[in-house]
Amino acid sequence: MNEYKPVANSINPNRKRRKIIGASVYCIFLISTLVGIVGLGVLIFDVLDKGIPWLNWQFLTDYPSRKPEEAGLYSALIGTIWLMFMTALLTVPIGVGAAIYLEEYAPRNLLTKAIEINVSNLAGVPSIVYGLLGMALFVYYLGSSEQFLGRTLLAGALTLALLVLPIVIMASREAIRAVPDSYRQGAYAMGADKWQVIKGVVLPSALPGILTGTILAMSRAIGEAAPVIAISALVYMTFIPAHPMERFTVLPIQIYNWVARPQEEFRGLAAAGIIVLLAILLTMNAIAVVLRNKYQTRSEE
Amino acid sequence: MGNSTVFNIRGLNVYYGDFLAVKDVDMDIKKESVTALIGPSGCGKSTYLRCLNRMNDLIIGASVKGQVSFENRNIYDSNVDATEVRSRIGMVFQKPNPFPKSIYRNIAFGLKVNGFTGDMDEAVEKSLKQAALWDEVKDRLNDSAFTLSGGQQQRLCIARALAIQPEVILMDEPASALDPIATLAIEDLVRELKANYTIVIVTHNMQQAARVSDETAFFMVDEDRSGYLVEHDDTQKIFTNPTNQRTEEYITGRFS
Repeated sequence: MNEYKPVANSINPNRKRRKIIGASVYCIFLISTLVGIVGLGVLIFDVLDKGIPWLNWQFLTDYPSRKPEEAGLYSALIGTIWLMFMTALLTVPIGVGAAIYLEEYAPRNLLTKAIEINVSNLAGVPSIVYGLLGMALFVYYLGSSEQFLGRTLLAGALTLALLVLPIVIMASREAIRAVPDSYRQGAYAMGADKWQVIKGVVLPSALPGILTGTILAMSRAIGEAAPVIAISALVYMTFIPAHPMERFTVLPIQIYNWVARPQEEFRGLAAAGIIVLLAILLTMNAIAVVLRNKYQTRSEE
Repeated sequence: MGNSTVFNIRGLNVYYGDFLAVKDVDMDIKKESVTALIGPSGCGKSTYLRCLNRMNDLIIGASVKGQVSFENRNIYDSNVDATEVRSRIGMVFQKPNPFPKSIYRNIAFGLKVNGFTGDMDEAVEKSLKQAALWDEVKDRLNDSAFTLSGGQQQRLCIARALAIQPEVILMDEPASALDPIATLAIEDLVRELKANYTIVIVTHNMQQAARVSDETAFFMVDEDRSGYLVEHDDTQKIFTNPTNQRTEEYITGRFS
């Protein structure tokens, strides 16, 4: 090896300049972070400021009304809860099933690669596209004959299921892939067959990750207005759906409707609606974080 | 019955794709004895071990040619179910790999998948006692297996393998991830278990092979990086008066 000898006069450390660059880069990154946080802070402050005066028990339990002081979001709140659970019910078995197939059963070939790439691409498709697809497929095509589906909760849940399936599949696959292979080997070595290995060892270990992904997907689903407007098209509902084949409305639609009204009072109602929606979303995300933390500490033991 | 053979291996070749990993192995393994597999890294001893209970089936691209007769039946015959083979020939791995479940359920798992209908508590206790772990865990059977030390985890894995009452236990460097004291505990256990079980143990540690085994098989790797069996004999003979010069050189530490 040749010995490296620095030539003193060809080196210019220029420390002063480096210090300035270092400091300015720090500032740029800090500002980038603050823009997001401050923007969110202003938004939340504005919403709270306008919405809190309208927020009371009556607001949660009243149906929408033309008179602002009597209006509430009961039907939208119940519709959102209905839609969320039905979407979860449809998405979890299909999404987890697809993830298990892709991770544990599928051969590694071009076809599965193509499927994998397409699943990730589907997660990026704008939600209105799913709304229009749902409208064409579930509302008009499957709904035209004697109103089988029509603009029902079920059609809405099916549409949202399409929207969030890629997210659930990807999150579940990641959770399944994170299960150490040594667990599988240990189970096989005791004479378990493939399904016993998956059911007994892989799924229990992957469950927290799958749940976290599912909850985050659900919180995406209930915040969506565009696809549900295409399906529901109904904003003035003075009854709550009793079963999946009834019509429905959801919080984002109700909020959208209130914002679009000319009277100032309805802005306040919209802000109060946003607070309710945010509270639901934050609760769900908090559950997801708790689950993830529990999972992480357990696997580190 | 101490001297009847459990395994007759004839003309065994193992491939990973086109690569010949283990070449032409003939070996008989005696019942209720400890057979140690030694040799330098990459000589195929672990690969060979995994052929004995068809764990190589799980590796994509791996294929096995030749005959592995277990109690007079070739386990690679098309009508043999790999899960049945593995329930009769248990395995303990290099790194302790308990499931992320309670101590109790780690052991119950193997029994459940094999359709055990007897007294589960009794079976769990029995196998933990056999693995010399019962006294340390009897008050916390419902704790996670991850709360145990590495040596305890490995004994739990042995207990887990014993629970389904296999005839053979394959051990792939079971003590290489453990400290010296935990290693001695495993070695004591191996010596005890051979009264009822046939044990095949891969080890990097020649003293360990000398301490625990009745027979030793020495593997080498040829110029094509394929592993082959050099010599297989009584452990005492291998360590004091080996037939093959390469064995002697390896035993005496002239290469590793």
